[in-house]
Order: sequence, then C-alpha cells, then structure tokens
Amino acid sequence: MPSKYVIPTRTVAHRFRPITRSGIVAWEEGCLKCAVCVKTQCVYGVYDHRGLDPRQMVDAIDNECMNCLRCVQGCPGELIHKTVNPEYQSLGDVHWTPEVISKLWAQAQTGKIPVSGAGYPGPFTGPGFDAMWTDMSEIVRPTRDGIHGREYISTGIDVGRTPERLLFDGTGTPQPNEARFLNIPLPILLQVPAFGAVSEKTIRGWAAAARRLGTLITAPWGMLDAIPEDLYPWVVPAVSEDAGQEAVMAQGVRMVEIPWTEAGRKTMERVKNASSEVLISVRLPLEAGVEETALSLVREGASILHLMADAQGAYLDGTGRYLKEGIQTVHLNLVEAGLRDQMTLLASGGIAMAEHVPKSIICGADGVVVDFPLLIALECRMCRRCTRDLACPVEIPETPGSWVASRVINLVGAWHNQLLEVMGAMGIRDARRLRGETGRAMFFEALDEEIFGSMNRVENGCELE
Amino acid sequence: MSLSRDSKYKLPEGVRTPSRFRNAIGKYRLHRSGECIGCGKCAAVCPYGVHVIRRGRVRVENAYRCVGPDCPHPCYEVCPVQALTLRPNPDFEGLGDFRWPPELLASTWHMAEFSHMPPKGLNYKTGNSDGGFDKLRLKFPVPAPGSPDAPKTDEDMDVGVELNRRGDHAHRVRIEVPFYGGGMSYGSVSITTMLSRIRAAAALGTFCCTGEGGYPDELKPYDDHVITQVATGLFGVREETIQRVKIVEFKYAQGAKPGLGGHLLGEKVTPGVARMREAVVGYPLFSPFPFHSVYSVEDHKKHVDWIKAINPEALVSVKVSTPTDVDMVAVGSYYAGAHIIHLDGSYGGTGAAPDIAKKNIAMPIEYAVPKVHGFLTEEGVRDQITVIASGGIRTPHDVAKIIALGADGVCTGTADLVALECIRCHNCESGRGCARGIATTDPELMGLMDLDWGTQRIINMFLAWRRELIRILRRLGMKTLKELVGRTDCLVHLDYLESR
Repeated sequence: MPSKYVIPTRTVAHRFRPITRSGIVAWEEGCLKCAVCVKTQCVYGVYDHRGLDPRQMVDAIDNECMNCLRCVQGCPGELIHKTVNPEYQSLGDVHWTPEVISKLWAQAQTGKIPVSGAGYPGPFTGPGFDAMWTDMSEIVRPTRDGIHGREYISTGIDVGRTPERLLFDGTGTPQPNEARFLNIPLPILLQVPAFGAVSEKTIRGWAAAARRLGTLITAPWGMLDAIPEDLYPWVVPAVSEDAGQEAVMAQGVRMVEIPWTEAGRKTMERVKNASSEVLISVRLPLEAGVEETALSLVREGASILHLMADAQGAYLDGTGRYLKEGIQTVHLNLVEAGLRDQMTLLASGGIAMAEHVPKSIICGADGVVVDFPLLIALECRMCRRCTRDLACPVEIPETPGSWVASRVINLVGAWHNQLLEVMGAMGIRDARRLRGETGRAMFFEALDEEIFGSMNRVENGCELE
Repeated sequence: MSLSRDSKYKLPEGVRTPSRFRNAIGKYRLHRSGECIGCGKCAAVCPYGVHVIRRGRVRVENAYRCVGPDCPHPCYEVCPVQALTLRPNPDFEGLGDFRWPPELLASTWHMAEFSHMPPKGLNYKTGNSDGGFDKLRLKFPVPAPGSPDAPKTDEDMDVGVELNRRGDHAHRVRIEVPFYGGGMSYGSVSITTMLSRIRAAAALGTFCCTGEGGYPDELKPYDDHVITQVATGLFGVREETIQRVKIVEFKYAQGAKPGLGGHLLGEKVTPGVARMREAVVGYPLFSPFPFHSVYSVEDHKKHVDWIKAINPEALVSVKVSTPTDVDMVAVGSYYAGAHIIHLDGSYGGTGAAPDIAKKNIAMPIEYAVPKVHGFLTEEGVRDQITVIASGGIRTPHDVAKIIALGADGVCTGTADLVALECIRCHNCESGRGCARGIATTDPELMGLMDLDWGTQRIINMFLAWRRELIRILRRLGMKTLKELVGRTDCLVHLDYLESR
C-alpha cells in the first residue's frame, strides 16, 4: 500500500474583504440611546469591530455579520435592518453562482470542508451534475472511513496508457510492454483558465501548487517561460501546430497537450518523433459526435483524451447537454469498443465544486481538470473585467507566488477531503474503481419519471392545491 | 388488528404565544407619516390588530401580521389623509432559502403563535425548490365527495397512527397525530429546546426522540413519550435507558449526512455532555459510520434481538437513510423484526453536516417512500410495518403528500426549530452555538428561551398542522388519515401534467 496521501492545509488570509450575501443597514435618526443597545449585545461582537476599510470602502460589520437578526429584532426603534447585497447577487453567472464563488473563497482561505447546520437549502435539482445524486452504503454494504484516517482510501489515478496484461517471453520472463503512464495521487489536474488577470508570479504559484500536490497543470505554451525549469515535470504545455517546441521536451516535461484539429495529427507526430517518453493528451471540444472522434483517436493510438466543455459545463454546440452526458457517451462508446481500459479520459469545463469530481468519475472520467477555481481561490469575483483590459479589483497580478500556491493547495485539499467523504459513504476504496460506476449514482431524469411520471392526470372538475 | 382511540386522550388547547423578540418579522411594513390625525379608522378596519391606539395616538405595532394587498379592508385606502404607506419589508426578502422561503418561515411562525394557518398573504403550502414536494399538488374532487359517517367535529376526526402493526407482544402504541419528533441530541440543542419538544409531544399524544447524546434525567417525567436512540457511537446508551421507554430507535444513518459519521467538537463536550455520554471533558467525540457490528441483515437482526432481550415490550424503529437499495433495506429490517422503518431523506436534517453530503448523497424522501411502500406491498408485508418519513417535511401539505406517496406518518425536526424562531442562518455550529438560543449549550444564550413558551409554540404549530390535515381529508372525502396512505391518485406532479 502506498503511503497515505495527505494535503497539508493552513489558514491563508484573504487580502480583501469577501462580498457577503447581505448587509446591515442601521441609521441613527430616531435612536432612543437605550442604556443597553442591542449593538453591544451582538453574540459575534460584530459591532465592536466596526470600521470602514479604506481600501475597499466597505463596512467591516457587513462581512462579519452572521445573520442571526437579533439586533434587527431587538432594536426598539426598528432602526436596524438587513438587506440582500446587490453586489453579492450579481457575482458570477448562472453556473458560477454567488454561493459557489463564496464557498470557494472560504475553502481557499481555510482548507476546510464547508460545513453548515439546518439541512440542505438549495433547489431540488438543476442542470448537469445537479441532476444526479451519489449513493451511500447502508447495513449490507459497509462504508469506509477515510476522512478521519482510519481506513485507507486511494484517490490516485493513472494518466496515460496503462498495461492491459503482463507479457512474458518463452522463458517466462516478464517483458516490457507499451505501458507509459503517470500515477498522480488525486483525480484532479489543474489548468490555466481561459481568462484571468494573471502575472508570471501567479503562474509560478500555480505550478508550485501542482508540484506540491503531485498533480499536473496545463498551461499555454507561451507561459512556459514564466515557470522555472525545475517545475517543468508538473507542467503540461499546450502545444499548437507551429513552433519548434521539441527542444523543451528533453528538459523534464512529462506530458503535453494538443488541441484537436485535423492539423493536430501532424503536431502529434512531431512530438512523438521528438520524444518517445512524453505523454500526449488530446484536447477534444465537447460537441455533437465527440464520441466518434474520441473512438477513432483511441484506435489511432491516443492514450489520453481531455474532453473540454464550456465554462458552464455545457456542450460547446449549444444543444443544451452537459459534461455529465458528454462523459457518459464517450466513456460508454469506448467501453463497447473494448478500448476503455487502455486510455485515460479527463474532463474539464465548469468543474466548480468538489462534488463535480466524484460525479465526473461516476459518469466515466478518470479525472477532472480544474480551471476557474484556481482563479477564484485567489479571490477572483468572475467579474470578467480583465477580458476588457480593465484592472483586476482584487489585484491578482500583484499577489506573490507563495500566497497563490498556498491558496490553491488549501482549495484542492478541501476538495480532496470532500472526495474522501463521498467515496467513504459509497464504500469505495479506490478512485479507479469508481470510474463509470453509475450503479453508485441516481439520476434525476430516470428517478423522477419513474416515481412521478404516472401522477399526470387531472380529471374534470378537480382542484389542485 | 385495529385499536380503538385512547378515550383519555384530549387535544391540548392552542394558546396565543407571540414572538420572544421585540420586533417580529413579517412580509410587509406599514409606514405612518406625520399627517396622521389619530382618527383610528385604520385600527377599526384592520382585522389583524396591526394598528393599536394608545393614549390617543395610533401606532403600527404589529406590522408583521399585515397581509398586504390580500387585505379585505386595506387601512391605507380608508385613511382620510393618506398617512399610511404599505411597503415590502426588506428584512423579509433576505430570509430563508429555496426549501424554506421567507413565506414558509413566516407562516410557520404564524402557526406557532396562533395555532391556525395564516389567514392570507403567505404561501404556507410549498417552498421554492422547484421539485419534489414543491411540484406536487393535492388533487381535490369538486364538490368534495363527503362521507356520511365522518365525524362532525374536527376533534373527533382520526389522524392517529398505530405504530405496532406486527401485533406481537410489544406495546400497542398509537400516536394521536401523524408526526413525532426526530432525534436531536443533548448537546446539539439546548435542554430547553429538548424539553419543549418532548413536552409538546406529550401534550399532543405522540413521541419525541432523544437523538444520540443520551437521556437526560430532566426527561424522566415524560418517559412514555420518549424514543431513545441507539446510534453508532452508543453514547449514553444503558440498559436502564432502554428499559425506560416504549420505543427504541436504531439510527443506522441520517439524512443530513448519509454515509458519514458525526463529530462533536471538543469544546462542546462540557462536563454535562461528557457525563451523559460517558466521555472525557474537552475531547472531541466521533460517532463512526456505520455500526461496525452490523455488516449484514443478519447482524441487524442480532441488534434488534438484543433490544428485545433487554426490553421485550419495546417497539423497535430502524432509522435509515435513502440509498438506491433503500427498499431492500426496508424489507430486511422488517424480517429482522422491526416495527417501524424510518426513512430519513437527504434534503432534511438539522445537525451540522458537510455541504457536499447534504446536497449530493442519497435520494430525496419523495422518491424513497413510494419505492419502499411499493416493495413492501409486493412482498406482502406492508400492513405489518409502519413507515415513517422524514427529511424535509416542512408543512402539513408535505405531510399529506408523503402519506399519499406511501408513508404512515412523519418525523419532524427543522419545523419544530422554526416554531422556536429558528431563521435558518445555518450557523448552528459557529462560535458559542445558535445565536438565538435554540441549538446551543451556552448558558447565556440558552436563557433566551423559556420552557413554557417553547412548549406552547410547538403545540400551537402542530395543532395548526392537525387542523389543516383534517381540512385536506374532508376535501378528499376521507374520515381517517389511514385512508390516504399510498393514494398516489390524489396527487399530481406539475412537470408531468397532461394538457387536456
């Protein structure tokens, strides 16, 4: 058994005050000057720390308020109110919701699993991964206790061509086979996001995080210059059709990524000729017919496919399907062709919460590739000002690489622990065994139709309530 | 075998019990300008006592009761000098969430205060989760079919549930209302909260579960209404506690964190909690998952036999969460000798749990109940076991819907806390615990709530639930709640509605 994989986390403070869901509105007019004001009785001492942050011009009380509403309900003049913060509501978009963003901030800060009381507050179901639930074991199938370290749960995966079987020669001596793969300790790879106000410091921080986590980070070819050479083994340069990148191959790069185009075949040949050791991941846009392209690529010898959905986790062709469906069709097509076990399937696009990792794997991926959470860990608000060449409101380009690395390690550490929780509940001890295990999941579409599909008739004269 | 109603049983009275905070939160605010001439017309027309006349001056004192535009006699229209303005309350909009939107919170507070459903202005039937209960509707024939032998008074309508359907030598327990209190342990909630729930259960002729944290002595007077829990940590479980009660509940899993164990932080292990749990003060306590003595249905039977050996007359309830094979688990529990199978769906729960577990592990109760009901029926044992559903039951409408889907009764948790003025800020675990004094062991915060107040609030809410359930039964032409069990023909799901 390999030694246990633990991601060390520690609190890494925010640089800016996070935007919170609601703010306190308190005014003085009509104040009765009670001998004991409700503001002095705040359980969390919020009013004691009151003050205007000169850099952000926000009041500290808004960030620290825990929404117990004791002051709102206690003030005899009814002078204190809580209102929803419009700045919070306008964070992100329909996929990167304010809740998702603020939970990512907190995980990057603390490295801890988000925990709260009082049940699940969200919608019943939703698009994509929100329309599935993972299973749990009960009575007849024991669970695993990985989170508290009492049982060993392996989250490691193999990336590359894994051996199908052992080969022996006539004398019974094991023969080298074509297997070439990297073992990474968690099914999460990193990728430089499609946009973001990043500097060389940021990129170096991300690469350092990848090394400390033992995973890989995909970065555009041009960014390689910003990264010290000793980090190259953890960097996956995205190689385009032109350029003479081959020279770098020898310097420790273990894997490259080639975006799929017809011309990509030539690039692939070039890389193969330059180095027989470097693994090649082919990045496939998620669109109609992707399962056929995937199949033919694997037949031609591709060992790593990286399915890429849009930033919301949807098909790029706007057909309203999601990564959940995309992974399943590609996975099942390869299973039917008997080729699935030879190759590695990675998925990216809209991976926003820890739950997306086990859900992607259940659908048939070996691992996921995470992009925007790397930015959000750095307090990014997904405001997209950088895409219009405006200054980053949270000054990401100026942040030191060490801070960047620690925040990302915290975030991935929290995700890893959540993966352990979910795998433990399912009674799964090895992430590689979770792949394609749809028996350990429940899908909204099927379940809802099965249970409610027949409750569809309203006879004449009936009233609904 | 049918049991007659306990003739000694008498429904408790509803007693008005207003908010314990100075400013109750309602949907609307009424602003009175300086133009007011103090004529008192507003106070005269308002049916809800929003305006109060004191020493010749008219004031808005109960704005939380205002029903806004639904009002039959709006004060702001009769005011001769237009001194009154109706506005939405900004505090209200920020409350709650998809499952418990502000209107559901405010209507539950209304029930806890008045023991009736809110008159107008609030949707007290569904939340905004856009699925499950919130997309199901009860279907009523019009006119109501009427039942000639239905009792004339609501007090005589039968909404009770017999819990021992095996007809064995265990207690013949009947609850007078189709709900009992789910387990919330000593330590996770204050002793006042715990006692309020148990005293309300006793008054209503039902039960309340202790949760895993032991059986405090304060509960002794209510032994006949207590369910004690045997959970994976076995905290506070002694032969004596098993022998004291009529129902023993095995908790295999809980909906809030299906498949995960519990963790009581070291600082919460106060001397009282430590004594109760036979643990060391200041050291964190882990409740493992699962029962490491149970890896099969045969092991489970051994568990049930163990309880029956210690207390032969005890009813055994098996609380499980909702995995894909929940129907198998239910049938297995029946064959192991359980009287009650308690299904705890994944969207409920009161305790602190990882967010990833609350949202993603196991299925919502709306799916689990029809699966289990159907499978038990196919096996021919449905009438031998009581099915209790929990995990997201917020309103009497949810109760009616889940019973129509196949449950016999329900367990509540969050609704009880909302009656005690929980506002679902989800910060039960932070700092000194609940800032509103419900889920805390901090002596100062616990002092925010009075036992009699808490008891009556919960009684009031459940009296309102009972009234509403009876109204639903009458509209369906039924005399007893039992007739509704498994009647999915009384339900429509809006997503599958056939257009006519």
